[in-house]
Amino acid sequence: MTDTAMTTEAIKQEERQSKIRANLKARHAAEKRFRSYGLVAIGAALLALSTLFFTIISNGASALFQTEVRMTIQLDSTLDPETMRAGDYQILIKKSLRDMFPDVARRDRKDLYAVVSNGAWYELLNHVQANPDLVGQTIEIWLPAADDVDMLMKGYIDRELPESDRRVNDQQIAWIDALVANDAIEKKFNTRLFTSGDSREPELAGFAGAAVGSFYTLLVTLALSFPIGVAAAVYLEEFAPKNKWTDLIEVNINNLAAVPSIVFGLLGLALFLNWFGLPRSAPLVGGMVLTLMTLPTIIIASRASLKSVPPSIREAALGMGASRLQVVGHHVLPLALPGMLTGTIIGMAQALGETAPLLMIGMVAFIADIPGGPTDPATVMPVQIYLWADSPERAFVERTSAAIMALLAFLIAMNLSAVLLRKRFERRW
Amino acid sequence: MRFLSKSLSVAALGVVAFAGAAEARDQIQIVGSSTVFPFATAVAETFGKTSGFKTPVIESTGSGGGLKLFCEGVGVQHPDITNASRRIKSSEVERCAKNGVTDIVEVKVGYDGIVIGNSKASNVLEVSKEQIFLALAKEIPGADGKLIPNPHTKWSDIDSSLPATKIEVLGPPPTSGTRDAFVELAMEGGAKKIKVLADLRKSDKKAFKAVAHSIREDGAFVEAGENDNLIVQKLEANPNAFGIFGFSFLDQNSDKIQGSKVGGTEPTFENIADGKYGVSRSLYFYVKKAHVGVIPGIEEYLAEFTSEGAWGDDGYLADKGLIPMPAEERAKYKKATETLANLTM
Repeated sequence: MTDTAMTTEAIKQEERQSKIRANLKARHAAEKRFRSYGLVAIGAALLALSTLFFTIISNGASALFQTEVRMTIQLDSTLDPETMRAGDYQILIKKSLRDMFPDVARRDRKDLYAVVSNGAWYELLNHVQANPDLVGQTIEIWLPAADDVDMLMKGYIDRELPESDRRVNDQQIAWIDALVANDAIEKKFNTRLFTSGDSREPELAGFAGAAVGSFYTLLVTLALSFPIGVAAAVYLEEFAPKNKWTDLIEVNINNLAAVPSIVFGLLGLALFLNWFGLPRSAPLVGGMVLTLMTLPTIIIASRASLKSVPPSIREAALGMGASRLQVVGHHVLPLALPGMLTGTIIGMAQALGETAPLLMIGMVAFIADIPGGPTDPATVMPVQIYLWADSPERAFVERTSAAIMALLAFLIAMNLSAVLLRKRFERRW
Repeated sequence: MRFLSKSLSVAALGVVAFAGAAEARDQIQIVGSSTVFPFATAVAETFGKTSGFKTPVIESTGSGGGLKLFCEGVGVQHPDITNASRRIKSSEVERCAKNGVTDIVEVKVGYDGIVIGNSKASNVLEVSKEQIFLALAKEIPGADGKLIPNPHTKWSDIDSSLPATKIEVLGPPPTSGTRDAFVELAMEGGAKKIKVLADLRKSDKKAFKAVAHSIREDGAFVEAGENDNLIVQKLEANPNAFGIFGFSFLDQNSDKIQGSKVGGTEPTFENIADGKYGVSRSLYFYVKKAHVGVIPGIEEYLAEFTSEGAWGDDGYLADKGLIPMPAEERAKYKKATETLANLTM
């Protein structure tokens, strides 16, 4: 009797174990599958990222160089830099080109002049005005080549195509080849890209104006959003009573973080431009609009970092007789600050990449001058990228990618500093 | 905490201090059409470099958006000049007048052709405006003259001379002036040639416009955004697709894309300039007379824009893709800028 009971029990046990074993296999397989899904997801993300980087860098790297032509310019002693106008410099450049190619027929001269940039005279003017003692000498100067010539030198224009399909004609190619043979045309590092403002001539365009505009805009955003955001977070977290009003405010702040940024632009247009009468296209207004946009991010991050400070610290300070302001000012805030700064930097990085709210307040504009202060008209880096991407000239394609590279570099630097700050100052309890 | 309250008050002070900055402006402000934008910016840049004035700020807001801002009133917070890829409407003139903008100087800049182009990997398309309408309209007259949803899926469904490829046209969205002009010139122009619709036009102009101006929404016409460059890049990738964009983009990308012949005429510089190419429009800008003399440099900017070196046959705007007006028309508008003659509708 007991034997049979034992055996049935043993059989049952055996059955159960084999079930578990079979099940275990399935469970292990499920885990393996899940892991591989995760790996595939990470792989896909990395692939997308590396494709993005690869296309941008391979498109943009050539923009770091610009074709320049070595010109010999005769500055006669009769010239007076004080009274010389644009046309006078253009004549000097044209004369130099004619001297290089004396046999060019009159009707072909327009094509010859088109080898050098339209705006080369401006660089000559600046050079002469900076060195007035050059008058009376024959100088050698490297001036930018036209964008089409630059594209040809970089291999973006196919020489094999029929002449009518190219923006550079056979004769111009012959002249360029002659210049190459004389070492009078060369690709040089494109400093203009980093030091000039915007231009309609790709060879003269740079993103310095936009970078300075971004700097002023972010400066205003930081000066406004950090103190306001931190003060709001400290009040809500440390002082405010917990009732339905503060709940309502909290829900609203969370909602604001998800509002599309163009809405903040509309608000800025109505409030700052139409009501306060602030100037259009100014980084000041841009910064104020972006403040509205980043405030929820900063408040939420700051509150989270205040929450992570253990209550025991507050209680200990209170127990030692500190006032609540002293508790917050001397103990809680310093401990929560790294987290707050991280949130702020991420908010700033977000603001740096924003264009939509700036559209409404006139910062999506062609602005050639580099702004000198937060009330001067200015544009920002992402807007510059957008404007270049929309320009018909082929040479803007590589410059667009170069500007994206610069913007990405700024963003990476900002995010990296957020990570470092966290690593350096974060405390765990 | 002290740091916080300090920076708070500094920021608040700063905002108050800057609020007064709007009073003076020494820089021309220009808004308006994205089609005129590349030309106006080229003039502004040259003006800034040669005149000693600050370079004007130019926003690309679209023709309608620009005129709206322009007509909001007189004063430094309102723009001085607006660019338009169509003529100002009488309703806009009224709106302007209501806000005190009564004296407006109209300047025609030149012409722009609208191109239907495709990749050089395919053949050049030869279409008539009527065929464009039949390919892209939402509703077309059926065999019995009643309107039916556009049944054409291939170009060859319309006419056997056209290629047997799917109708796939990339074009700008309804907010774009290029789209407005395309609809008005190509679609409406084509619709007029169809007997049933021409009759409808006589009896009920509104109903005719509704038919002629509606572009199909079944996927044959793809709205590709305001960015003409993007359309050009997509054409390169898809040899069967056609795109609608401004002439300057064809001019800059002539190695990769080609313009279709419309009504037997190729979209070339010469054909658009002498009016042979049917899908072209005039470009304008409008100047607020009350600001001339108040904002420094407006007169000089006008002089730069209307100089032969800029808008002439060999000027730098022609290099940018603008199609210049004939010499006598240029002289007429140059005079208008010198005398600041008022706009007459």
